[in-house]
Amino acid sequence: MEIFWYIAIGIVLTVFFILDGYDFGAGIIHLFFAKEEKDKEVITKSAGLFWDSNEVWLVAAGGMLFMAFPTFYASVFSGFYLPLIIVLWLIIFRAIGLEFRGQFKYQMWKDIWDKSFGVSSLLLALFFGIALGNIVRGVNLGSVENGVSAHEGHYFFLPLWDSSFSPLTDHPGVIDWFTIIIGLIAVVTLAIHGANWIILKTNSSINKKLKGVIFKLNIALAALTIFSLVVWQNVNSNSLDNFIHKPYLMLFPIIYLTGLIGLFFVKKIKKNSHAFLLSTLLILGGITSSLASLFPVILPSINNKHEDLTIYNTSASEYGLSVALIWGIIGFALIVVYFIIQKRLMSGKIDNMDYGH
Amino acid sequence: MEDMIFYDRLQFAFTITFHYIFPQLTMGLSLMIVYFKWKYLRNKIEKYNNAAKFFMKIFAINFTMGVVTGIPMEFQFGTNWAKFSELTGGIIGQTLAMEGMFSFFLESSFLALFIFGEKLMGQKLHFLTGFLVFLGSWASGWFILATNAWMQHPVGYEILDNGKFVLDNFSELFTNPWLLPAFLHNQMASVVTSAFVMASIGAFYILRDKHSEYGRLFLKTGVVFGLISSVLVAFPTGDWNAKNVAKHQPGAFAAMEGIFETEDAGAEIVLIGQPNMVKKKLDNKIAVPNILSFLTYQEWHKQIPGMDQFEEEELPDNIPALYYSYHIMVGLGTIFIGVMALALFFLWRKKLYNMKSLLWTIMFLVPFPYIANITGWYTAELGRQPYLVYGLLKTSDGISPTVSSGNTLFTLLGFVALYMLLGLLFLVLVGKTINHGPTPQKH
Repeated sequence: MEIFWYIAIGIVLTVFFILDGYDFGAGIIHLFFAKEEKDKEVITKSAGLFWDSNEVWLVAAGGMLFMAFPTFYASVFSGFYLPLIIVLWLIIFRAIGLEFRGQFKYQMWKDIWDKSFGVSSLLLALFFGIALGNIVRGVNLGSVENGVSAHEGHYFFLPLWDSSFSPLTDHPGVIDWFTIIIGLIAVVTLAIHGANWIILKTNSSINKKLKGVIFKLNIALAALTIFSLVVWQNVNSNSLDNFIHKPYLMLFPIIYLTGLIGLFFVKKIKKNSHAFLLSTLLILGGITSSLASLFPVILPSINNKHEDLTIYNTSASEYGLSVALIWGIIGFALIVVYFIIQKRLMSGKIDNMDYGH
Repeated sequence: MEDMIFYDRLQFAFTITFHYIFPQLTMGLSLMIVYFKWKYLRNKIEKYNNAAKFFMKIFAINFTMGVVTGIPMEFQFGTNWAKFSELTGGIIGQTLAMEGMFSFFLESSFLALFIFGEKLMGQKLHFLTGFLVFLGSWASGWFILATNAWMQHPVGYEILDNGKFVLDNFSELFTNPWLLPAFLHNQMASVVTSAFVMASIGAFYILRDKHSEYGRLFLKTGVVFGLISSVLVAFPTGDWNAKNVAKHQPGAFAAMEGIFETEDAGAEIVLIGQPNMVKKKLDNKIAVPNILSFLTYQEWHKQIPGMDQFEEEELPDNIPALYYSYHIMVGLGTIFIGVMALALFFLWRKKLYNMKSLLWTIMFLVPFPYIANITGWYTAELGRQPYLVYGLLKTSDGISPTVSSGNTLFTLLGFVALYMLLGLLFLVLVGKTINHGPTPQKH
């Protein structure tokens, strides 16, 4: 039952990153490449029309995590207190930028809301990557210092950074050179994804140029990926065990690689939806590979005193999980139905669509 | 420790108060939008369709605000109330996760379709999408109230040796005797807010002599919905809730009614007075004898235990705030019934549209249903203190053990700053929509 909920939450979270990922990515592209007002407008629209329904997936993932793994929810949310609240602020700030932009006539005001949308998109992508980096690196559970625990073994608190900025100390912070690398991978991945989205959904004048941008970003991504895999071993020495013992898990890294390799041919790909699919594979493969390397651990402990948090020692009762399975399946089926109805009616380029709110 | 609890509570209170400005409007408004759309299907008068679409625009702004201020609410269970989440997540996680699955997706998907899809779908399907938005938003209220009902009156649980609450009977979460009265009271209160907002926009259009055809429609609809819902908020739903509090949380009941001393011959109802916590009495009290006993038990001389009957630890920790919240809610509710009844009377006499003083009154009353809704929630939440789960888990035992008060104060200040900006955005967007009016845009 724990495994079922783990997979279900993994799916919802991945869908969130795929969906909201394109509007984060659109924000990053917007920040660096959109120069003309017409392009800026249509790119903000391509994010503005969809971001709120995409973020519903985050709310759903949070709710499911709370229900199925309450101890994990409590531990991680309080332990990563500052970065999580900063993420909330960025989400709100980004929304303000997106919604305010269209309300002003003068370019001066549009520019400032554009910046708030672009910069917060970039920082969000970075922070989400850093979060993933923290999960795979592990934390000092129980805040152990000199062999003494300051809290119960499943609680911890991370400062934003530790003066050494190193993942290899006994008490690393949220931001260190390893998590920054993962953060950069997330930024580049989502930028590629966002660029594909813009090409797919708009007729902006930078669409042609964006294919070249995707190609260059993809080179950077390949380099970062190789580099991160090398250091990953140093940060978490168990990271390959799961793949060795359960070779079928190699499917996930292969999904990632398919996306990565495929995107080198982005200029030759005729159908824009195929390119978008490839960057979707990147996100899907990246998240699932990271989770698979840890499974069944969901937060490793970096000290010897306290156990890793796993899906088994943080879950709710068997009865609760089983009841939720019943309503969960019904709920999920309904969501799929809404999703199909909505995507059918909202397909195609959005340039001429009315901006409702 | 004390200041940790204080800042955690203050941050939750601030963010939830700001958040609840938005859902209370959307829940009520969705019902009224369905009404307009239904009228349009029946009589094919374009005015009703435009009214439905106009209010859906206002709904959409509020919905967006609700989403961005709602995510922090969900996150805060984990960030600031980790111990509470760990111990009770197996139970309230159920209802909160169901809210995400069954209502947010419904609401957000069909809201987009309602706004963009009228031409694609035809009128009947368009009505249906509106109805599904209404269903989604009321389902959201249902699940939140189910969560809160469990905290007020826990059912269907078992407590393990390690202090964890585990679910033992799922259906009891929804048959909780606290739930239905609280849900109906809350939903009616949200219709009051939306009815006042609608009537107020109507009054504004009439007074300004712009879009006045819509002004009359909005005012009429707002007044009718407003009177019905204001009455239903008080009776039977409010009455039903008060009886629940008297039965299950007698200490909270004594505190909110301001009864310091038990009267053997029946309890009086306090209209005005200021709690004096040093002398344990009400200053400058105006009260009517025996009414409270009658309202609560239908017996003039039934004894109701006052605060002197309880240990201090059992009583809410901020009695004056609880007392004022409750009295502000009840007082405003009474005024709403009066104003709306008067407005309906003059509507019937066909004089309302020309009565400037009453139109101005209705227009300026618009903040008050918000205040009444929010003080109503304060009453429920302050009344439950000093517990998170009534009688079982103390508020002080629910906070995150690792988050220092300095960090919470930092994030609280950040939320205050950001929400001021957000509030400004909200006012600009709603203001522009109202100013533009319900007449369709010309392309």
